[in-house]
Amino acid sequence: MKWETVIGLEVHTQLATRSKIFSGSSTAFGAAPNTQASAVDIALPGVLPVLNKGAVECAIKFGLAIGATLNRVNVFDRKNYFYPDLPKGYQISQLAKPIVEGGALTILVDGEEITVNLTRAHMEEDAGKSLHEDFHGMTGIDLNRAGTPLLEIVSEPEMRSSAEAVAYARALHTLVTWIGICDGNMQEGSFRVDANVSVRPVGQAEFGTRREIKNLNSFKFLQQAIDYEVRWQIETLEDGGRIEQATVLFDPDTGETRMMRSKEDAHDYRYFPDPDLLPVKLDEEWVEAVRAALPELPAAMQARFQRDYGVSPYDAGVLTGSRALADYFETVAKTCGQGKLAANWVMGELSATLNKAELDIAQSPVPAARLGALITRIQDGTLSGKLAKQVFEGLWEGAGEVDAIIEARGLKQLSDSGELETIIDEVLAANPKSVEEFRSGKEKAFNALVGQVMKASRGKANPAQVNELLKRKLG
Amino acid sequence: MSQALTQDDVKRIARLARIEIDDAQAQATQAQLNAIFDLIATMQAVNTDGIAPMAHAQEVYQRLRDDDVTETDRHAAFQSVAPAVENGLYLVPKVIE
Amino acid sequence: MSDTSLSALAAQLAAKQISSRELAQQYLDRIAALNPSINAFITVDAHKTLAEAADADALIAAGKAGPLTGVPIAHKDIFCTHGWLTTCGSKMLHNFVAPYDAHVIQRFKAAGMPSLGKTNMDEFAMGSSNETSYFGAVRNPWNTGYVPGGSSGGAAACVAARMAPAATGTDTGGSIRQPAALCGITGLKPTYGLVSRFGMIAFASSLDQAGPMAPSAKDCALLLNVMTGFDPNDSTSLERQKEDYTRDLDKPLTGLRVGLPREFFAEGLNNEVAAAVEAAVAELKRLGATTVEISLANSGLAIPVYYVLAPAEASSNLSRFDGVRYGYRAPEYATLDDMYCKTRAQGFGAEVRRRIMIGAYVLSHGYYDAYYLQAQKIRRLIADDFSEAFEACDIILGPTAPGTAFRLGEKSDDPVEMYLNDLYTIPANLAGLPGMSLPCGFDSSGLPIGLQLVGNYFSEAKMLNVAHQFQRATDWHARAPEGLR
Ligand SMILES: [Mg+2]
Ligand SMILES: [Zn+2]
Repeated sequence: MKWETVIGLEVHTQLATRSKIFSGSSTAFGAAPNTQASAVDIALPGVLPVLNKGAVECAIKFGLAIGATLNRVNVFDRKNYFYPDLPKGYQISQLAKPIVEGGALTILVDGEEITVNLTRAHMEEDAGKSLHEDFHGMTGIDLNRAGTPLLEIVSEPEMRSSAEAVAYARALHTLVTWIGICDGNMQEGSFRVDANVSVRPVGQAEFGTRREIKNLNSFKFLQQAIDYEVRWQIETLEDGGRIEQATVLFDPDTGETRMMRSKEDAHDYRYFPDPDLLPVKLDEEWVEAVRAALPELPAAMQARFQRDYGVSPYDAGVLTGSRALADYFETVAKTCGQGKLAANWVMGELSATLNKAELDIAQSPVPAARLGALITRIQDGTLSGKLAKQVFEGLWEGAGEVDAIIEARGLKQLSDSGELETIIDEVLAANPKSVEEFRSGKEKAFNALVGQVMKASRGKANPAQVNELLKRKLG
Repeated sequence: MSQALTQDDVKRIARLARIEIDDAQAQATQAQLNAIFDLIATMQAVNTDGIAPMAHAQEVYQRLRDDDVTETDRHAAFQSVAPAVENGLYLVPKVIE
Repeated sequence: MSDTSLSALAAQLAAKQISSRELAQQYLDRIAALNPSINAFITVDAHKTLAEAADADALIAAGKAGPLTGVPIAHKDIFCTHGWLTTCGSKMLHNFVAPYDAHVIQRFKAAGMPSLGKTNMDEFAMGSSNETSYFGAVRNPWNTGYVPGGSSGGAAACVAARMAPAATGTDTGGSIRQPAALCGITGLKPTYGLVSRFGMIAFASSLDQAGPMAPSAKDCALLLNVMTGFDPNDSTSLERQKEDYTRDLDKPLTGLRVGLPREFFAEGLNNEVAAAVEAAVAELKRLGATTVEISLANSGLAIPVYYVLAPAEASSNLSRFDGVRYGYRAPEYATLDDMYCKTRAQGFGAEVRRRIMIGAYVLSHGYYDAYYLQAQKIRRLIADDFSEAFEACDIILGPTAPGTAFRLGEKSDDPVEMYLNDLYTIPANLAGLPGMSLPCGFDSSGLPIGLQLVGNYFSEAKMLNVAHQFQRATDWHARAPEGLR
């Protein structure tokens, strides 16, 4: 039987606010345990929540960025369950009337554009952390994270492979960092993915029973977890088994998923509207001000890069992988006026060198304007590709401006035909055998001669010019 | 809807509420809760079609707080009344995931 | 102490006839003498009280006194009070010393009013007799074999016994008005949102409202001036212009339209209470009011609606009491879950456990629409009844409770019977309207009878005006129980 995979993702993004969603505690990462847990965060008797405007604004930005409906009146509900890292015994979330409904994200998978629709995005508070190291057989609870604002972003079950799921998650990650509502730090838990996975025979209309893989904190794990889960579900079904609805965890060490709880012990969350919080109203003026302040979004920029700089759809996608990268590329392209060449350098030499050094584009020691200047010198014939790489090394080392490096290191391409002719004459005189072979029809001998000239010029000769002059002299 | 609560119902909600209850207590509670639900049942016959539920005593919208950090570290004071703490952490019996 | 009205005490303090310390000491002495038989206080701390009184004396000496500076007050043990044991009447918080002040406490501190202690109450404000307190029942000063009402029973009893000139209370379904009625004092539940709930341990958030309890309406007006006001820490606190609630006290009642809800004078109302309320109506007519019969057609549904909504909110509000961060933790348990279940079974009393379970049930899967949602819809019908009624009248009048104080233990085994005590008070909470109770007579056993006023939103000044005019013409409120000294 042929199987089809169905995947929907729920992503928890930590919103990049200074203070928590319902209290004035700092959201800074890494503080000593419980030092950023206020009376509200630890749910002392009598305390009350007051909503952070910054968190709402982040949600508005997101809704606008994905073309969703913003519920002008939205409501906070309580989700009730007992867990030691949940101090109130309920999480304040949004169920019936979330702030964002609908919207879509377009992703590129194997050169094909796919639109993934979103169901909703709602504001909620994060829980604290349980530390399972040994405290005499006890668990330690740190509530610093409790009350950190989250936007839970739920997709429709429209992805059909782990590749699509990863592409969607990456696009979402790009978008939330792009519009500045999330720092995107997956190690610190700022962007956590839950994947709902099911399989069904190809052609079957109804969905299979899904299992939810919780808390995937890297794209690699997302891919591995889905791939394992899909294989496991298909095998189970083909062996005549049944899939039970369940929540599972992915173990990166074994590469397997394992059951956390079955549907039978699923919670009865007893959601109801939080009586401490009133309905949230989004004023039209506010929404419009947020809209006006939104940066150009990745999709729009991709289209513009293709149009203005002639880059391919794939390259445009790569170049808009982050706002920093896109801005970098655009500065390079504008400086040199050579979009395609700029794209090649940014995605090629620069990215490779950054990767090797484990640096981020924002940390690049080569400023975009200098890379642009370098490309300008290629374009005007001052530098060959090979020389340009040497200049790039100089830029990377911080040796100064492009022209200064060329000058100081004597890397200028030999374009003076007089000087070049002298070198060619010397090479021809020193390699009569090659000249002979060429004249007797061996094309390869020509390349050998070009190589000799380049070598004699210590790489500075302009290869096009060498070709031309050699042909003339031998012709 | 207003069929009487069973013993199992009582145990289920006690479980939801994390309140330990033994059989004898469950039995006594069952009788009391059923008397209360009889009282509540009068409400269920009312036709409320088209009536908007009233969640709050006032028709106003949520006030929003500026995104400022206003709290300082008070964990020592807060933890002075905690049943069990160590190294700034609240201690609970081992949580098994 | 002769005239213990707040204005009289304030005048004596201002005239330096007595210091705040001396005044506080007089009340502390009376508490020491009477509290053992009344049990109105859970915590008394003379050192703290006298230190606060000394601060008040310094303010008075420096000429920085406000209208009530130096006048002591007792606080219901539902208000978190920095450095004071704050129990909410529960074993769950038997050891909880609050690390912060409730907004209400902050306001009284800022007004320079020393705290006489924390008053007893039904556990987590769930009760109408003060018998559910972990710290023992409170006794009615008019007859110690009887209950004082609840949940602000300690507050009502300490004021009635003149152990405090005034007290704070809270009212979710009648918890200020019903004990005020049963103890023969005056109490007011303001419009929802006028007094901040910050630091007031939540029972049912959409209904809870704090208010003043004192012998007279004038005292209540002065206290309301202190208590009300916007608080950014409570999202349901209303941003309104500050009012002076004493401003209309002396206005004549000529032309006042008093609405008498048919449903509040029907079956179930004790005859002596009915007679006293009717006499009060006659008195108001003499003072220039006219009456009009009105109908609150859905008020009969108030109890069922309340016993869905309040427990639902409470079941969630009380989830934080889990033995992890403060309060009681069971001494022995096996697992985390066992710790939760034992802590909550042992830490909460029977009535609280019962209401938590009702709440968990009505919110649980499959029952939400039939119970919770239906109750919210009827809540609107009840509120709409009031809006309609206020087109025909300026104020609604009726009995506060269907009867007078009952014997200790008389209703404690029958929750439903107990719940019916709040028949007339609950509708105002559901609608968010202000309500008050004032003394209007005594039954044949010498127990006080309460008259209830319900006003339109923000009509506290008018209600206090009506009550004050009534109290100028009568002396029910001025009577104190004999034989307590
Ligand atoms: Mg989820
Ligand atoms: Zn969530």
